[in-house]
Amino acid sequence: MAKARVTITLKKTIMDAQGQTVEKALHNLGYEGVQNLRIGKYIEMELNGAPAAELPTQVDEMCRKLLANPIIEDFRVEIEE
Amino acid sequence: MATATKMRFGIVIFPGSNCETDTWHALNDQVGAPVNYIWHTETDLSGYDCVILPGGFSYGDYLRTGAVARFSPVMEAVSDFAGKGGLVLGICNGFQILLEAGLLPGAMMRNLGQTFVCRYVHLRVESANTPYTRGMEKGSVLRIPIAHGEGNYYADEATLADLKRNDQIVFRFSTAEGEITAEANPNGALDNIAGICNRERNVLGMMPHPERCSDPILGSADGRLVWESLLQTA
Repeated sequence: MAKARVTITLKKTIMDAQGQTVEKALHNLGYEGVQNLRIGKYIEMELNGAPAAELPTQVDEMCRKLLANPIIEDFRVEIEE
Repeated sequence: MATATKMRFGIVIFPGSNCETDTWHALNDQVGAPVNYIWHTETDLSGYDCVILPGGFSYGDYLRTGAVARFSPVMEAVSDFAGKGGLVLGICNGFQILLEAGLLPGAMMRNLGQTFVCRYVHLRVESANTPYTRGMEKGSVLRIPIAHGEGNYYADEATLADLKRNDQIVFRFSTAEGEITAEANPNGALDNIAGICNRERNVLGMMPHPERCSDPILGSADGRLVWESLLQTA
Protein backbone atom coordinates (compact mmCIF):
# COMPACT_ATOMS: atom_id res chain seq x y z
CA MET A 1 0.00 0.00 0.00
CA ALA A 2 1.25 3.46 -0.91
CA LYS A 3 0.84 6.67 1.03
CA ALA A 4 0.41 10.13 -0.40
CA ARG A 5 1.07 13.41 1.33
CA VAL A 6 -0.35 16.57 -0.17
CA THR A 7 0.68 20.06 0.90
CA ILE A 8 -1.48 22.95 -0.25
CA THR A 9 -0.55 26.61 0.10
CA LEU A 10 -1.88 29.87 -1.30
CA LYS A 11 -0.08 30.85 -4.49
CA LYS A 12 2.97 33.04 -3.96
CA THR A 13 1.22 35.87 -5.80
CA ILE A 14 -1.63 35.87 -3.28
CA MET A 15 -1.32 37.65 0.02
CA ASP A 16 -1.53 35.20 2.92
CA ALA A 17 -3.04 37.37 5.66
CA GLN A 18 -2.98 34.55 8.20
CA GLY A 19 0.67 33.81 7.43
CA GLN A 20 1.62 37.47 7.78
CA THR A 21 -0.11 37.73 11.15
CA VAL A 22 1.69 34.66 12.46
CA GLU A 23 4.99 35.90 11.05
CA LYS A 24 4.56 39.18 12.94
CA ALA A 25 3.71 37.26 16.11
CA LEU A 26 6.96 35.30 15.77
CA HIS A 27 8.88 38.56 15.30
CA ASN A 28 7.28 39.82 18.50
CA LEU A 29 8.52 36.68 20.23
CA GLY A 30 12.04 37.57 19.19
CA TYR A 31 12.38 35.37 16.09
CA GLU A 32 13.28 38.30 13.89
CA GLY A 33 14.80 36.17 11.16
CA VAL A 34 11.47 34.64 10.16
CA GLN A 35 10.28 35.65 6.71
CA ASN A 36 7.86 34.55 3.98
CA LEU A 37 5.83 32.44 6.40
CA ARG A 38 2.99 30.73 4.54
CA ILE A 39 0.19 28.74 6.12
CA GLY A 40 -1.38 25.88 4.21
CA LYS A 41 -3.13 22.55 4.48
CA TYR A 42 -1.72 19.08 4.85
CA ILE A 43 -3.58 16.02 3.63
CA GLU A 44 -2.41 12.44 3.92
CA MET A 45 -4.02 9.34 2.49
CA GLU A 46 -3.46 5.67 1.90
CA LEU A 47 -3.83 4.44 -1.65
CA ASN A 48 -4.97 0.98 -2.62
CA GLY A 49 -5.70 -0.64 -5.93
CA ALA A 50 -4.06 1.52 -8.57
CA PRO A 51 -0.67 0.44 -9.99
CA ALA A 52 2.23 2.40 -8.46
CA ALA A 53 3.11 3.99 -11.79
CA GLU A 54 -0.32 5.63 -12.01
CA LEU A 55 -0.33 7.08 -8.51
CA PRO A 56 1.38 10.42 -9.23
CA THR A 57 -1.07 11.17 -12.05
CA GLN A 58 -4.00 10.03 -9.96
CA VAL A 59 -3.14 12.20 -6.95
CA ASP A 60 -2.34 15.14 -9.19
CA GLU A 61 -5.82 14.75 -10.69
CA MET A 62 -7.39 14.60 -7.21
CA CYS A 63 -5.66 17.87 -6.35
CA ARG A 64 -6.86 19.62 -9.51
CA LYS A 65 -10.42 18.35 -9.17
CA LEU A 66 -11.05 18.71 -5.47
CA LEU A 67 -8.21 18.99 -2.97
CA ALA A 68 -6.80 22.32 -4.17
CA ASN A 69 -8.31 25.26 -6.01
CA PRO A 70 -5.78 25.98 -8.78
CA ILE A 71 -7.03 29.58 -9.05
CA ILE A 72 -5.61 30.47 -5.65
CA GLU A 73 -3.58 27.50 -4.44
CA ASP A 74 -0.42 25.56 -5.28
CA PHE A 75 0.00 21.96 -4.22
CA ARG A 76 2.87 19.55 -3.76
CA VAL A 77 2.50 15.77 -3.72
CA GLU A 78 4.82 13.21 -2.16
CA ILE A 79 4.19 9.53 -2.65
CA GLU A 80 5.72 6.84 -0.51
CA GLU A 81 5.55 3.28 -1.84
CA MET B 1 -47.68 44.06 -3.68
CA ALA B 2 -47.69 40.27 -3.66
CA THR B 3 -48.86 39.17 -7.06
CA ALA B 4 -49.28 35.82 -8.77
CA THR B 5 -46.51 35.03 -11.18
CA LYS B 6 -45.58 32.38 -13.63
CA MET B 7 -41.97 32.27 -12.51
CA ARG B 8 -41.26 29.07 -10.60
CA PHE B 9 -38.45 29.10 -8.06
CA GLY B 10 -36.51 26.15 -6.69
CA ILE B 11 -34.24 26.37 -3.65
CA VAL B 12 -31.53 23.71 -3.47
CA ILE B 13 -30.83 22.26 -0.04
CA PHE B 14 -27.37 20.82 0.55
CA PRO B 15 -26.41 19.17 3.83
CA GLY B 16 -25.47 22.24 5.88
CA SER B 17 -27.52 24.84 3.99
CA ASN B 18 -29.25 27.11 6.51
CA CYS B 19 -30.84 30.00 4.61
CA GLU B 20 -33.35 28.01 2.59
CA THR B 21 -36.30 28.79 4.86
CA ASP B 22 -35.59 32.53 4.86
CA THR B 23 -35.35 32.43 1.07
CA TRP B 24 -38.59 30.47 0.83
CA HIS B 25 -40.29 32.98 3.15
CA ALA B 26 -39.05 35.96 1.13
CA LEU B 27 -40.26 34.48 -2.15
CA ASN B 28 -43.45 32.83 -1.04
CA ASP B 29 -44.72 35.13 1.69
CA GLN B 30 -43.19 38.45 0.73
CA VAL B 31 -43.53 38.51 -3.03
CA GLY B 32 -46.02 35.68 -3.57
CA ALA B 33 -43.96 33.54 -5.93
CA PRO B 34 -44.33 29.74 -6.13
CA VAL B 35 -41.34 28.00 -4.53
CA ASN B 36 -40.19 24.42 -4.04
CA TYR B 37 -37.26 22.94 -2.24
CA ILE B 38 -34.84 20.79 -4.23
CA TRP B 39 -32.83 18.20 -2.31
CA HIS B 40 -29.19 18.02 -3.41
CA THR B 41 -29.60 14.49 -4.77
CA GLU B 42 -32.29 15.51 -7.26
CA THR B 43 -31.30 15.86 -10.89
CA ASP B 44 -34.47 17.07 -12.62
CA LEU B 45 -34.83 20.85 -12.74
CA SER B 46 -37.28 20.93 -15.62
CA GLY B 47 -40.07 22.48 -13.52
CA TYR B 48 -38.14 25.64 -12.66
CA ASP B 49 -37.33 29.03 -14.13
CA CYS B 50 -34.96 30.11 -11.38
CA VAL B 51 -32.83 27.89 -9.17
CA ILE B 52 -31.37 29.37 -5.99
CA LEU B 53 -28.35 28.02 -4.12
CA PRO B 54 -28.93 29.41 -0.62
CA GLY B 55 -26.54 30.44 2.11
CA GLY B 56 -25.20 28.17 4.80
CA PHE B 57 -22.25 25.93 5.43
CA SER B 58 -22.67 23.10 2.94
CA TYR B 59 -20.67 20.04 3.98
CA GLY B 60 -19.41 22.01 6.97
CA ASP B 61 -17.31 24.23 4.68
CA TYR B 62 -14.80 21.36 4.84
CA LEU B 63 -11.70 21.71 2.65
CA ARG B 64 -12.90 24.96 1.07
CA THR B 65 -16.31 26.61 1.04
CA GLY B 66 -18.43 25.00 -1.67
CA ALA B 67 -15.68 22.55 -2.67
CA VAL B 68 -17.64 19.42 -1.77
CA ALA B 69 -21.13 20.72 -2.57
CA ARG B 70 -20.13 21.37 -6.16
CA PHE B 71 -19.94 17.59 -6.66
CA SER B 72 -23.48 17.00 -5.33
CA PRO B 73 -25.67 15.22 -7.91
CA VAL B 74 -27.84 18.31 -8.34
CA MET B 75 -24.89 20.42 -9.50
CA GLU B 76 -24.55 18.73 -12.86
CA ALA B 77 -28.22 19.51 -13.43
CA VAL B 78 -27.67 23.11 -12.28
CA SER B 79 -24.80 23.42 -14.74
CA ASP B 80 -26.95 22.09 -17.63
CA PHE B 81 -29.84 24.31 -16.52
CA ALA B 82 -27.56 27.38 -16.53
CA GLY B 83 -26.09 26.35 -19.89
CA LYS B 84 -29.59 26.42 -21.37
CA GLY B 85 -30.19 29.93 -20.06
CA GLY B 86 -31.98 29.01 -16.82
CA LEU B 87 -31.63 31.56 -14.03
CA VAL B 88 -29.26 30.50 -11.24
CA LEU B 89 -28.75 32.68 -8.17
CA GLY B 90 -26.11 31.81 -5.58
CA ILE B 91 -26.30 33.66 -2.28
CA CYS B 92 -23.31 33.59 0.09
CA ASN B 93 -22.43 29.87 0.30
CA GLY B 94 -24.35 29.52 -2.97
CA PHE B 95 -21.95 32.04 -4.57
CA GLN B 96 -18.99 30.08 -3.18
CA ILE B 97 -20.41 26.88 -4.71
CA LEU B 98 -20.90 28.57 -8.12
CA LEU B 99 -17.23 29.66 -8.05
CA GLU B 100 -16.01 26.19 -7.13
CA ALA B 101 -18.21 24.72 -9.86
CA GLY B 102 -16.71 27.10 -12.41
CA LEU B 103 -20.11 28.58 -13.26
CA LEU B 104 -18.67 31.94 -12.25
CA PRO B 105 -15.01 32.99 -12.54
CA GLY B 106 -12.65 33.57 -9.61
CA ALA B 107 -12.34 32.13 -6.12
CA MET B 108 -13.25 32.96 -2.55
CA MET B 109 -10.67 33.39 0.18
CA ARG B 110 -10.85 33.85 3.93
CA ASN B 111 -11.91 37.37 4.96
CA LEU B 112 -8.89 39.64 5.15
CA GLY B 113 -9.53 40.28 8.85
CA GLN B 114 -9.71 36.49 9.43
CA THR B 115 -13.03 36.81 11.23
CA PHE B 116 -16.64 35.99 10.41
CA VAL B 117 -18.45 39.24 9.62
CA CYS B 118 -22.19 39.48 10.28
CA ARG B 119 -23.69 42.94 9.81
CA TYR B 120 -25.50 45.30 7.47
CA VAL B 121 -23.43 46.77 4.65
CA HIS B 122 -24.13 49.02 1.69
CA LEU B 123 -23.94 47.82 -1.87
CA ARG B 124 -23.72 49.93 -4.98
CA VAL B 125 -25.57 48.52 -7.96
CA GLU B 126 -22.96 48.41 -10.73
CA SER B 127 -25.15 46.90 -13.40
CA ALA B 128 -28.92 46.92 -13.83
CA ASN B 129 -28.48 44.80 -16.93
CA THR B 130 -29.25 41.42 -15.33
CA PRO B 131 -32.54 39.63 -14.63
CA TYR B 132 -31.76 40.10 -10.91
CA THR B 133 -31.18 43.85 -10.98
CA ARG B 134 -33.32 45.18 -13.81
CA GLY B 135 -35.71 46.74 -11.29
CA MET B 136 -32.84 48.72 -9.75
CA GLU B 137 -31.04 51.80 -10.91
CA LYS B 138 -27.39 51.63 -11.76
CA GLY B 139 -25.46 53.55 -9.10
CA SER B 140 -28.20 53.20 -6.48
CA VAL B 141 -27.27 51.95 -3.02
CA LEU B 142 -28.86 49.00 -1.19
CA ARG B 143 -28.68 48.31 2.52
CA ILE B 144 -28.35 44.59 2.98
CA PRO B 145 -26.77 42.19 5.49
CA ILE B 146 -23.73 39.97 5.04
CA ALA B 147 -22.76 36.97 7.18
CA HIS B 148 -19.65 35.13 6.07
CA GLY B 149 -16.10 34.17 6.92
CA GLU B 150 -15.01 33.65 3.32
CA GLY B 151 -16.15 36.50 1.15
CA ASN B 152 -12.78 37.82 0.06
CA TYR B 153 -13.32 37.54 -3.68
CA TYR B 154 -10.24 36.96 -5.80
CA ALA B 155 -9.67 36.81 -9.54
CA ASP B 156 -6.45 37.19 -11.50
CA GLU B 157 -5.83 40.37 -13.47
CA ALA B 158 -7.03 38.97 -16.79
CA THR B 159 -10.25 37.71 -15.22
CA LEU B 160 -10.88 41.04 -13.49
CA ALA B 161 -10.33 42.87 -16.78
CA ASP B 162 -12.85 40.51 -18.44
CA LEU B 163 -15.39 41.09 -15.67
CA LYS B 164 -15.08 44.84 -16.15
CA ARG B 165 -15.12 44.74 -19.93
CA ASN B 166 -18.26 42.60 -19.97
CA ASP B 167 -20.11 44.53 -17.25
CA GLN B 168 -20.17 41.40 -15.06
CA ILE B 169 -19.54 43.16 -11.76
CA VAL B 170 -23.08 43.59 -10.45
CA PHE B 171 -22.63 44.73 -6.83
CA ARG B 172 -19.73 46.40 -4.98
CA PHE B 173 -19.39 47.18 -1.29
CA SER B 174 -19.75 50.93 -0.83
CA THR B 175 -20.47 53.62 1.71
CA ALA B 176 -24.08 54.71 2.34
CA GLU B 177 -23.41 57.47 -0.20
CA GLY B 178 -22.30 54.98 -2.83
CA GLU B 179 -18.57 55.64 -2.64
CA ILE B 180 -16.27 52.68 -3.15
CA THR B 181 -13.71 52.91 -0.35
CA ALA B 182 -11.39 50.52 1.48
CA GLU B 183 -13.31 51.25 4.71
CA ALA B 184 -16.55 50.10 3.08
CA ASN B 185 -14.98 46.78 2.14
CA PRO B 186 -15.89 44.28 4.90
CA ASN B 187 -13.76 41.36 3.77
CA GLY B 188 -10.92 42.49 1.52
CA ALA B 189 -12.68 41.48 -1.70
CA LEU B 190 -10.87 42.49 -4.86
CA ASP B 191 -12.21 45.85 -6.09
CA ASN B 192 -14.90 45.72 -3.36
CA ILE B 193 -16.69 43.06 -5.42
CA ALA B 194 -19.83 41.75 -3.69
CA GLY B 195 -21.58 40.11 -6.64
CA ILE B 196 -20.83 39.08 -10.21
CA CYS B 197 -22.70 37.47 -13.08
CA ASN B 198 -21.56 35.24 -15.91
CA ARG B 199 -21.06 36.59 -19.40
CA GLU B 200 -24.52 35.39 -20.45
CA ARG B 201 -25.94 37.24 -17.40
CA ASN B 202 -28.26 34.41 -16.27
CA VAL B 203 -26.03 33.24 -13.37
CA LEU B 204 -25.49 35.62 -10.45
CA GLY B 205 -23.45 35.10 -7.29
CA MET B 206 -23.62 37.54 -4.39
CA MET B 207 -22.26 37.45 -0.84
CA PRO B 208 -24.98 39.63 0.79
CA HIS B 209 -28.33 38.11 1.76
CA PRO B 210 -31.35 39.67 0.01
CA GLU B 211 -33.63 37.11 1.69
CA ARG B 212 -32.73 38.56 5.09
CA CYS B 213 -33.98 42.01 4.17
CA SER B 214 -37.15 41.43 2.19
CA ASP B 215 -39.52 42.52 4.93
CA PRO B 216 -39.52 46.07 6.40
CA ILE B 217 -39.95 44.58 9.86
CA LEU B 218 -36.38 43.26 9.57
CA GLY B 219 -34.85 46.71 9.15
CA SER B 220 -34.56 46.85 5.39
CA ALA B 221 -36.65 45.62 2.49
CA ASP B 222 -34.02 46.36 -0.17
CA GLY B 223 -33.61 42.65 -0.84
CA ARG B 224 -37.07 42.60 -2.38
CA LEU B 225 -35.68 44.49 -5.33
CA VAL B 226 -33.89 41.29 -6.38
CA TRP B 227 -37.10 39.24 -6.31
CA GLU B 228 -39.13 41.99 -7.93
CA SER B 229 -36.56 42.28 -10.71
CA LEU B 230 -36.83 38.53 -11.28
CA LEU B 231 -40.61 38.71 -11.40
CA GLN B 232 -40.39 41.40 -14.06
CA THR B 233 -38.46 38.82 -16.08
CA ALA B 234 -41.31 36.32 -15.87
